[in-house]
Amino acid sequence: MMGYVFLTAVCAILLWLVVAYGRGRPPRWGLLWTAGSLLTLWSVTAYILLIRFTKGIGPISHLTDANPWGVWVGLLQAGVALSGGGFVMAATVHIFHIKRFEPILRPVVLLAFLGYNFVGMTLFIEVGRPYSLWHPLAQWQHHSIMFEVAWCVTLYLTVLLVEFSPVVFERLGMTRAVHWAHKVAIPVVVLGVVLSTLHQSAMGSMFLIVPQKIHPLWSTTLLPVLALISAVAVGLCVTVTASLYTARLFGKSLDQGLLADLAKAASVVLFLYGTVKIVDVSARGAWPTLFQPGWLGTLFIVEMVLGVFLPAALLARRAVRQRSKAMATACLFVIGGVVLNRLTISWFSMVPTTGPGYIPHWMELAVSLALFTALAAVFGAAVRYLPVYPANAVKT
Amino acid sequence: MKTDLSRRSLLKGTVVSLTAAWLPRTMAQAASKVFSKSEAFAVLVDLTRCIGCRACVRGCQTANDLNAPQEALSIEHAHQRMDPTFQLWTVVNKEGTNVSRNVKRQCMHCLEPACVSACPVAALHQTEHGPVIYRESRCIGCRYCMIACPFDVPRFEWNNGLTPVIGKCQFCAQQRLFKGLRPGCVESCPTGALKFGKRDDILFEAKARIRSRPDLYVDHVFGENEVGGTSWLYISDVPFDQLGFKKNLSNRPLPTYTWDVVSWIPAIAAVLASLFGVLAATLSRQDNHPPKEPQ
Repeated sequence: MMGYVFLTAVCAILLWLVVAYGRGRPPRWGLLWTAGSLLTLWSVTAYILLIRFTKGIGPISHLTDANPWGVWVGLLQAGVALSGGGFVMAATVHIFHIKRFEPILRPVVLLAFLGYNFVGMTLFIEVGRPYSLWHPLAQWQHHSIMFEVAWCVTLYLTVLLVEFSPVVFERLGMTRAVHWAHKVAIPVVVLGVVLSTLHQSAMGSMFLIVPQKIHPLWSTTLLPVLALISAVAVGLCVTVTASLYTARLFGKSLDQGLLADLAKAASVVLFLYGTVKIVDVSARGAWPTLFQPGWLGTLFIVEMVLGVFLPAALLARRAVRQRSKAMATACLFVIGGVVLNRLTISWFSMVPTTGPGYIPHWMELAVSLALFTALAAVFGAAVRYLPVYPANAVKT
Repeated sequence: MKTDLSRRSLLKGTVVSLTAAWLPRTMAQAASKVFSKSEAFAVLVDLTRCIGCRACVRGCQTANDLNAPQEALSIEHAHQRMDPTFQLWTVVNKEGTNVSRNVKRQCMHCLEPACVSACPVAALHQTEHGPVIYRESRCIGCRYCMIACPFDVPRFEWNNGLTPVIGKCQFCAQQRLFKGLRPGCVESCPTGALKFGKRDDILFEAKARIRSRPDLYVDHVFGENEVGGTSWLYISDVPFDQLGFKKNLSNRPLPTYTWDVVSWIPAIAAVLASLFGVLAATLSRQDNHPPKEPQ
């Protein structure tokens, strides 16, 4: 109980700081508040991890044999989806050659890279034998979706590193390296887009093997297709929100027309997602399960209305896209919807079959929050010290 | 002009990608191992003959050198419910509310196991005659097998920091079957509730018992067709869904659900790579050398 209180307090302080800094009105002792709350969270998490790697996953989580996957898997699924901006923007700029989006590519690639780091680090804590995580690369079992995921994530992390490397090389003044990085850019981007398409969809395919465990509203052979479409939509929304926020925070100017275009694209993709979803549920005749007792029907409506159709309708309006705050809010709804969707598929939708025995331990949530904040701090440091935003876009 | 070039590159991409797609798809045949399902090792559990003495549980512990807490095993505690753990691969519990029967539970050893298809490193492995075994040295502890299993069989060692294992019935494959011995549990059953043999013979026996006493038995061999068939088969005088057996299982083997997707992956990758490759190359060339305006 004390753990939850602690976590809520940390979350409240961080949220307050994020909003305050975003509005350009940092509170008194802002830096102290930030450093204090983060360092407390991180030291507590360090202690949690010490328990994890000496005593096991049991003592720091509420995972059991009946509920072997919990909030960590849902969040790492969401992490993969939210990192989708990386491949969407890389494809836009380097494959479809819509060059005007180039100024926002670097921060998005960095976000995707950090997002995948979140996934990798969560996995490192979540799997039982983290030192064996390389096994899928050597001991092939190509029937497994998890095998595909392992390969794609490993390769794509490398791709993101290469995609982002020119930024570091530029900072270090290594002109030859920059030259080479640009030379290989297109093949690397193509590889990255292919890998992303495969494993974004694999996030859905992963649950094809349990058709009898997932609630009928979500159990469909279209899971991979839906996972991919929603990843594209949320990737665009993350790009919009993150660009707006970081631009504000670091005093960089951004062409808001670019972001409005992305938001418009997101709206189209969201409508596509909603349509596929409705056609799918209709085709399987699963609508009656919506009205069965229980909270999953309500959850479905919340997800579809607040996470898909409402923001899609909002972003379709020019008036919304012209106001950065309204646009960012609509995008936040999409992000929330996708996080909810991933948690639902990997956790909530199975509660009727596995039983309601699992509520995350506060330590599970603390670990995820610590990883998230650590990577956010890395993002801040990278923007501060590396040419993440191209020089010509800097206002100051 | 620009659209013209994009269209041409798109066309080119399509041709290349279709050629690329054809090859891997034909090569990626369903590589599921061919073994004779009728020859598979099998056990018949006749619930009408089980007295709940848990001798099979103790036999399992001895045969596999397991260390489950003693109270789970002894006959004095037979009224207490026990759940399988990574050290307790089989349990016998009284199931059912109105009428109850002693039901032994262990891995069903599916003929087409979901866990084997789910495991990314082949730590779960189907041996030649059907038994599904776990190989610790390969395991990464991702617990996808536990999610995938339709019978919720695999168990995890939650209180081990670095070397946790998955625990599940191995059918005594390496310990006994391959040496020509019967499984530990079957060996220790005093009432003949468990019968070991080849799946064809066992299935025949099950049906013969049902036919000889249609007044007693429910006309259903659980495991004959469920999820494509299992090596462990159950017959009972109480309907199975009243005894906690899963009732919403389809007869379609679960690995086929993922294989329908996985088998297309090489083709999809080839199509996307060539399509995007050609598109990117063409458009960037156009960037560097703007095409002449038509006269």
